[in-house]
Amino acid sequence: MLSVYNINVWYGAIQAIKGVSFEVNDGEIVALIGANGAGKSTTLKTLSGLLRSRTGSITFMDQDLMHMPAEKIVEHGLVHVPEGRRIFQQMTVEENLDMGAYTQAKDTIADNLERVYAQFPRLKERRRQIAGTLSGGEQQMLAMGRGLMANPKLLMLDEPSMGLAPILVEQIFEIIEALHKAGTTILLVEQNAQMALSIATRGYVLETGRVTLTGTGQELLRNDDVRKAYLGG
Amino acid sequence: MEVLTNLINGMSLGSVYAIIALGYTMVYGIAKMLNFAHGDVIMVGAYICFCSVSYLGLPAFAGVALSVVGCTLLGIIVERLAYKPLRNAPSLNVLITAIGVSYFLQNAALIIMGSDPKSFSSIISLPALSLFDGKLTISATAVLTIFACVVIMVALTMFTGKTKMGKAMRACSEDRDAAQLMGINVNSTISMVFAIGSGLAAIAGVLMCLAYPTLMPTTGSMPGIKAFTAAVLGGIGSIPGAALGGVLLGIIEIFARAYISTQLADAVVFGVLIVILLIRPAGLLGKPVNEKV
Ligand SMILES: Nc1ncnc2c1ncn2[C@@H]1O[C@H](COP(=O)(O)OP(=O)(O)O)[C@@H](O)[C@H]1O
Ligand SMILES: [Mg+2]
Repeated sequence: MLSVYNINVWYGAIQAIKGVSFEVNDGEIVALIGANGAGKSTTLKTLSGLLRSRTGSITFMDQDLMHMPAEKIVEHGLVHVPEGRRIFQQMTVEENLDMGAYTQAKDTIADNLERVYAQFPRLKERRRQIAGTLSGGEQQMLAMGRGLMANPKLLMLDEPSMGLAPILVEQIFEIIEALHKAGTTILLVEQNAQMALSIATRGYVLETGRVTLTGTGQELLRNDDVRKAYLGG
Repeated sequence: MEVLTNLINGMSLGSVYAIIALGYTMVYGIAKMLNFAHGDVIMVGAYICFCSVSYLGLPAFAGVALSVVGCTLLGIIVERLAYKPLRNAPSLNVLITAIGVSYFLQNAALIIMGSDPKSFSSIISLPALSLFDGKLTISATAVLTIFACVVIMVALTMFTGKTKMGKAMRACSEDRDAAQLMGINVNSTISMVFAIGSGLAAIAGVLMCLAYPTLMPTTGSMPGIKAFTAAVLGGIGSIPGAALGGVLLGIIEIFARAYISTQLADAVVFGVLIVILLIRPAGLLGKPVNEKV
């Protein structure tokens, strides 16, 4: 479904991604794990068109994404829920969801809204509330709901559990599994490697801009290097 | 009754400031730049209206329409040529470019139209209205200006609150990257905001020249600065703030002229700005600035 081959991404003179290649197949949850600063967010931003790779190729469902503008990439169903939620703080919950469906036709929007409200009843209760006044967990739900409004074929989640209380982290991971069961393919970026790998079909370990390890979720969970570096022994 | 006349005149002048300030504030909101050439767009608008009526012999409303169309295009072109290439440049570079555009527009007007003032009243002039057996005289221009400002405010509020494009504009103003991830085309949204702001500036230009009918290449500078002040006073980036700031500024200016001194009026206006910013650094309706990490 998604195939990334040999991408190299720079911030000015600093190279953040060094020849990364990986794949996501239809129906998988693929986890991208790595320490802070490893290049996980940069990778996702490159896939969604906010940043550009100087080399290699990015192909999503037979479409070449290397030169496609970000707003077109969303239309093709590759949807990025960014790190730190990045909801529109001054807009209402429902306006945020509307923005998520910016590329969608009018009648799809109503259906999607119903689906998202069914998935996140909390958002429905707070639909008229200004998004900036939501709690952290609610903001994460809004960010994910907003992503779902775009009818993603592949949903990219960047650290959805960041800064949340353990009980909320559980809840977010349950939602990710539910979305996956409902047919959405997921590329999950997490620092919480334990949780991410335990629900992942496959995973990749990123270290200072390079993929250093890959395997199924279970294999990586059992791997000694992974255990030492990311699972606290 | 004199107080009432002054109040109406103040609101009218303030409405002009408000309409100009809307352009400043919307452009700042989305492009995070101070478009110091905005005031000169007013001047261009007034000249287009003047030329259409006095040289082409068109009716006044057609002159206004042409002026709006002309300035809208001007706004789009200036953004495309001067500001878009600097989208990721330091803000000082953009500011200097805006000042350059301002000089360019003033000097282009100087070359094309000459330095001698054109009298706007020779093409359009509205009667004065006499109320309460002549105890209160207000100009039709003042009424028209205030009315135009109210209509524009209502229209903009509906646009930003209810329409898809308007919401996209707010989304871009808040977070450009996130807006792009929604599928919003940020470049065309910025272009649209310049178009709206410049179209409004054309209307402001015509309204202002109805009240103060001397038109010169530098006509836009002072109102541009005052409107910028109004936008900051109301809270830069805030649409209701621009309206409030503009009207307040106009009223203060007229009252200062009437009761303090004509010469000191501008000093009073800027003095008020300084005092208010000392008390509320983000402006009257502005959100406190929180730097994004
Ligand atoms: N806007 C930026 N400008 C310069 N360097 C950046 C920028 N964003 C990230 N980096 C650098 O790129 C590297 C990868 O960052 P990032 O992709 O955010 O890592 P991760 O998401 O894995 O924590 C880091 O070394 C970081 O300092
Ligand atoms: Mg990150």
